[in-house]
Amino acid sequence: MNTTSSKIILYVGILAVSIVAPYLFPAYALQLAILWIMILFALTWDAMGGQMGYNSLGNIVFFGVGMYISAVAQIGLYFDVGEYTSAYGAIKVDFDYGQYFTGLTLGVIAAAFGAMVVAVAFGRIVLGLRGPYFAIGTLGVALSAGELLGAWEWVGAGSGISMPVYPGDPDDRSLLFYFMCFAAAAATFFFYRWLYTTRFGLALNAIRDDEEKAEAMGIHTVRYKIVNWAMSAFFLGISGAIYGNMIGFIEPLEVAFPTVTFGIFMVLMALMGGKGTLWGPVVGATLFHIIKEVTWTHLLGWQWVALGMLVIIIVVYFPQGIMGWAHDKWPDFFGIEVEEAPAEDIEEAA
Amino acid sequence: MAGMIEIRNVSKAFGGVQANKDISMDVPEGKITGLIGPNGSGKTTLFNSVVGYHPINEGSIRFQGREISNLRVPEIARLGMLRTFQQTRIYGKMNCVRNMLISVPHRNLGWADLFGKQYSAEDMDKAERLLEFVGLYAKRNLLAGELSFGQQKLLEFAMALMNDPKVLLLDEPTAGINPTLINGLIDRLKRANKEFGITLFVIEHNMRVIMNLAEHIYCLAHGQMLADGSPEQIRTDQRVIDAYLGAH
Repeated sequence: MNTTSSKIILYVGILAVSIVAPYLFPAYALQLAILWIMILFALTWDAMGGQMGYNSLGNIVFFGVGMYISAVAQIGLYFDVGEYTSAYGAIKVDFDYGQYFTGLTLGVIAAAFGAMVVAVAFGRIVLGLRGPYFAIGTLGVALSAGELLGAWEWVGAGSGISMPVYPGDPDDRSLLFYFMCFAAAAATFFFYRWLYTTRFGLALNAIRDDEEKAEAMGIHTVRYKIVNWAMSAFFLGISGAIYGNMIGFIEPLEVAFPTVTFGIFMVLMALMGGKGTLWGPVVGATLFHIIKEVTWTHLLGWQWVALGMLVIIIVVYFPQGIMGWAHDKWPDFFGIEVEEAPAEDIEEAA
Repeated sequence: MAGMIEIRNVSKAFGGVQANKDISMDVPEGKITGLIGPNGSGKTTLFNSVVGYHPINEGSIRFQGREISNLRVPEIARLGMLRTFQQTRIYGKMNCVRNMLISVPHRNLGWADLFGKQYSAEDMDKAERLLEFVGLYAKRNLLAGELSFGQQKLLEFAMALMNDPKVLLLDEPTAGINPTLINGLIDRLKRANKEFGITLFVIEHNMRVIMNLAEHIYCLAHGQMLADGSPEQIRTDQRVIDAYLGAH
């Protein structure tokens, strides 16, 4: 079997399982939807940390910004946002189908582009930092974003915002959000799959390996860094908008800017799967989500300890992640050459 | 003779350390110019000033008649002035071919090219010819970080040629290279100069190499210009001999 047909079988298989899963296990539809969000998180983090070498601890900021932008857009289309939030959920508004879906569509689009604008604005400042300074700088941005929104009365401050209520049947609602999460993650995956085959992908790797050299070779490093961050933010903004609507209630610290949970998970998932590879984040996110759910269910009270153990095991024994380890073990399978080309090959080219 | 690089009265200090003081020199187009001097004499500082790595305190640096002392590194590189590093720098986790492909001249690349294909057929052809030229063709699919130090130097040189520079500043191109390979490298540098028409400006400690290579040599000592002239003049200049033997 050649690689192309095995790849097609792989994609079709994943597609089939993804479509059938929420119908077979309706009780797990929310968990499966969150799994797709996790995959999106890991992929967008890896574009920065794995492919470009900028380990961001603050990418969660775009998730939260997207969530708030969509909330404001969806509510603001039909109501006064300040009045709606100051009632602390006392105003029960019935959105009809037309209003709900118009708001949701516009909300997702506004979230995507709004997060991009924020990324470009912050990127001009923090992308000048390197190594650990960049990590800490982005962490600071994420933490302060949560605090700022927590103090902003117009968007509900610490009390948050109740999202518009889905007008139809709850089962339809969970399917809708499952498939939105699936579509967002799949779009992200195929976007990066394409991006890493372009000159852009080469430039990101060059910046990762030696940014100073890349500058000395005339590569537009600033341009690549900002555009890459903005693209991460685009997908994270979409995920934030979907997640906020799916959960139904948003507030700054736990839902929109969960820096120490989702914000750190995205790093762990990419590291676990193997950073700087296309499939690593997907594998890492899936495995991580399963482990996390199992420990949260069966080791309640000790779940953070179990998670800490997992982090230590990954960092000590699999520093390259699962895909990195597989690349080392079976280089042929991944088309990596470790030996010199044979002599006849050279003559042929010469 | 048109001056490719004109350095006039350049001074650079780091805190109280005067690394370069009132230095003037010309790198003529199409020639190989050498820069020598004992350790700590300010050669690399001068290179760094020329390529825009740090601002200079005084003086002027012109590249093809254009003032460049206020430009930054990538801008100067896109004008066609490239440098290689004393501590060789390549993209270690990428294979040699990919190292070459990302080294295409970026001066012509617009926003649309960001998302274009990784390479054209000509780019790939050129990358392979240049890898052949430096003798790394057989290792083209290996990760650059796994090459030996000397091979990395050759790769870095090939990457620089891939960029079609007008002038190439080489910081100790033969340091760390096996002596038997040095003659081959000298030959390749000369060919790059003759066949590709690239002006070379070379820092070198190996006297045999620089005497063989350069047509005109500048010698720095303690951040100041000590002497300049043909290899023969430099070889017999008592001040240069004293500087190297420590009589200064």
